Amino acid sequence: MQFPWLSLLIFTPLIAGLIILALPAERRDWIRGLAVIAAALDLLVSLLVYFRYDVAVGDYQFVERVPWVPQLGISYYVGVDGFSLPLVLLGTVVIFCGVLISWRIEDRPREFFAFLMFLGASVLGVFCSLDLFQLFFFFELAVFPKYLMIILWGYPKTREYGGMKLTLYLFAGSVIALVGALAIYFGSGLRTFDMLALEKAGFPFWFQQFWFPFVFLGFAVLGGIFPFYSWAPDGHVAAPTAVSMLLAGVEMKVGAFSALRVGIMLLPEGARYWATWILALATVNVVYGAFLAMTQTDFKYVIGFSSVSHMGLVLIGFATLSSHGLLGAGMQMFSHGIMTAMFFAVVGMVYDRTHIREISKLGGLFHVMPWAGVGFIIAGLVSMGMPGFSGFVAEFPIFMGAWQTLPLVAVIAVIGILVTAGYILLVVRRVFFGMLPEFGEHVPDVNILDKIAIGVLGFLMVVLGWFPSLLSTIVQSGVDRILVLLGGG
Amino acid sequence: MTVDFATMLLAILPELGLVVLIVVVLGLDLLWRDKRVCRLGWLTATGCLFLAVLSLVFAFPPAEPLLIWGGMLRFDVVGFVFRILFLLGAALTALFSLGQDDLQEHGEYYGLMLVSTLGMSLMASATDLIMLYLAIETTSIPLYVLAGFRFRDDKSVEAGIKYLLFGAMTSAVMLYGFSWLYGLSGTTQIAELAEQIERHNVPLPLLAASLVLVLVGFGFKISAVPFHFWSPDVYEGAPTPIAGYLSTASKAAGFAVLMRVLLSGFWEATLLWMDLTAGLAIISMTIGNLLALAQTNIKRLLAYSSIAQAGYILVGVAAGTSFGMSSAVYYLMAYLLTNLAAFGVASVVGKRVGSDELSAYAGLSRRAPAMALILLISMLSLGGIPPFAGFVGKVLVFAAAVEAGRWWLALIGVINSMIALYYYLVVLKKAYLLRSEDEQQPLQLIAGWRVALLVCVAGMLALGVVIAPWFDWAGRVGWALTIY
Repeated sequence: MQFPWLSLLIFTPLIAGLIILALPAERRDWIRGLAVIAAALDLLVSLLVYFRYDVAVGDYQFVERVPWVPQLGISYYVGVDGFSLPLVLLGTVVIFCGVLISWRIEDRPREFFAFLMFLGASVLGVFCSLDLFQLFFFFELAVFPKYLMIILWGYPKTREYGGMKLTLYLFAGSVIALVGALAIYFGSGLRTFDMLALEKAGFPFWFQQFWFPFVFLGFAVLGGIFPFYSWAPDGHVAAPTAVSMLLAGVEMKVGAFSALRVGIMLLPEGARYWATWILALATVNVVYGAFLAMTQTDFKYVIGFSSVSHMGLVLIGFATLSSHGLLGAGMQMFSHGIMTAMFFAVVGMVYDRTHIREISKLGGLFHVMPWAGVGFIIAGLVSMGMPGFSGFVAEFPIFMGAWQTLPLVAVIAVIGILVTAGYILLVVRRVFFGMLPEFGEHVPDVNILDKIAIGVLGFLMVVLGWFPSLLSTIVQSGVDRILVLLGGG
Repeated sequence: MTVDFATMLLAILPELGLVVLIVVVLGLDLLWRDKRVCRLGWLTATGCLFLAVLSLVFAFPPAEPLLIWGGMLRFDVVGFVFRILFLLGAALTALFSLGQDDLQEHGEYYGLMLVSTLGMSLMASATDLIMLYLAIETTSIPLYVLAGFRFRDDKSVEAGIKYLLFGAMTSAVMLYGFSWLYGLSGTTQIAELAEQIERHNVPLPLLAASLVLVLVGFGFKISAVPFHFWSPDVYEGAPTPIAGYLSTASKAAGFAVLMRVLLSGFWEATLLWMDLTAGLAIISMTIGNLLALAQTNIKRLLAYSSIAQAGYILVGVAAGTSFGMSSAVYYLMAYLLTNLAAFGVASVVGKRVGSDELSAYAGLSRRAPAMALILLISMLSLGGIPPFAGFVGKVLVFAAAVEAGRWWLALIGVINSMIALYYYLVVLKKAYLLRSEDEQQPLQLIAGWRVALLVCVAGMLALGVVIAPWFDWAGRVGWALTIY
């Protein structure tokens, strides 16, 4: 048996979190040190897995399987394919940057870093799950870290409301998906939660037609699908910076990924039946989300709504059920995760130093915090889909797929991209250029840890813009597998 | 089928042991008229654990269920598993009662608790209506006294009286139902009821009427809506450890009886009781959760939450299958440990802070991070969040409903668990977010509380992560319940 890389990946943050909880609260350096070591170790392991994945072979690799509840056909079953592997990398990158950004948390750092580690373990666990029960297990594991981190370390004015709204929305979505998943389990007659076996169960059409919305929409709530998106801006804005990064950057992908993994891949006929409806909802996401972002006066809300808009593109990619669309969706998930993590990181840095989030009261910050400015501009260019950055290589295939499936969707969704360009440029101009307000001269620059985080995230966005094949070959191998399930594609 | 006397004696060895333990506790209470009397709690707890070990070694059930003592009891895995649960519940409750001077100084407090444990143990294995009724009363009467044990406290007395009146009323109705059953079938043997009813061609309306009468009594024990009115007031007024005991062990005993009687006695009316229990499940979940939203007192909140929890367990029962029963049993195991932990925290905080209001929890995470973490774990487990026991329990009962083709029941259940998550999170918000003036003072914990809380936490994690062995037991119980 090969070395259990994926278990190492999932359990490192989990165990680190438990150890952190057991440390005395005064040992702040130990707590932060352990968190950053665990995050760095996870990042290294995920890079190693990423580059050792054999694209030529494809399918699920680094598979581990241990019986868990054999009476019910539940096992601890992990593995990654071309679709989930980039998301694993995304997760570890964002966790690592999140730990760096949160270095100066003053209030109860022990609980903060422990919960952050649990959140990390949860997302990595979902991405690696090949067992349906296990997927839910890790999915719901995120409930309490999310809630407590938002209400304890979030933005005082809205944190109680935002945290509760987000938690209940996502819990509701996931438990409704759970009912669907249980129906899949019993409907298959196989008495197993093994998703690779369930893929081949051959559910009757009426069954897929009936249960697909439960599973897909239930998970897609976490992906921010219209009309169940309103938790996202409120929750992201209320959350502390590192949690906003993880929520918008990774958790929303957890939702989209689970919707694909359980909804589309287990019930492909259902997906085909409902595809047009999903396309319609997702198109509303793209355009409406962008317009909402345009009208915000709060710096962080702009980014919050932009996530809703961009996740719409991912869902459009899914709903095309075509090679191009899925490829684009896979790449967009990675690209958007990195991009939005950068956005929220910069917003957090600006707020920490100025204590202002009103766009109209900010200005000229490029002079005092150039790193943050550069980071935001790179993320902005990615967001607009500028060639040379990761956003372009991700969004282009989505539009190709949409054009092939339903040209109208592509036409309408382009409006969203135009509006995106509008609000991003406006924000960049108002916040980073123009007159520096009076208080601005006393604003300190970002520190070295922040620069590392900005550097890592920015590097990835630029590199993928120039060398998309680093990502696309892997994602394509995952897409090919999905297309087989969809019936040859 | 004849069973020799030695086997029959060994089968009830734990119950005999309980009688001995009761005598020892009462005797030592008479002898130790000084500070040593506080050791009785430890004695009770260790005695219960010893009896649990005893039943593992000597009273381990045979593969095939045996009727013993002239058909009064059934020697099977159902009685065995539930007995372990009751003993565990009693042991933990005894530990939580330590340090509460007005409780621990009275030997009869532990004596009464053990008598009711004995009654529960007999309830879980009784297979004769008369035996069953005696067992239920043996359980209930000491609990009436215990609920009103603080006789100088008006609320406690009110709790005791209220519990007594409701209990007496419902148990009379249930007894009336038993008499109907006897009249319809000519037997008091639960195992023979179904057969006799079929042979006598009893019309379904008559059977349904007796079913409803019997369900009143059981519904009271498990505090399902609409037989729940007593529970918030009784939990609030009763000493907190006793409230915990009422909400867990006593409820589990009610479920053991409910499942046994429904499956074997009302076999003819299966479809009917499946619908009736599904209806009870829906209203218990919905009303319990909605009323819990408005509570400001932790014990009342837990009372309404435990009404809702009874609803989730009924979802498993309403499936009417062997898997459904197993899921309900698993849920009960998870629920017992979780709710005891929740009431344990309530008891500790109530004792140290001097209030059971939710506002007393402000600043808990700063003054006692470990206690806050235990509260967190128990609330999340009640809410059905992994990696804790409640998650597995919920998945199992909803799975049972889906398997039985009642996916709508599972859907109502999951929507309810979302409502429930709200108020569990509100409790956590108080403990973690709010500040209080005395948050710098540490919370003193005595050894007994620590041990009990640790056991609960370990149990919640074990049931939530290492699922297979416990599910194996639950599965055997489900199987033993469905064969007759």
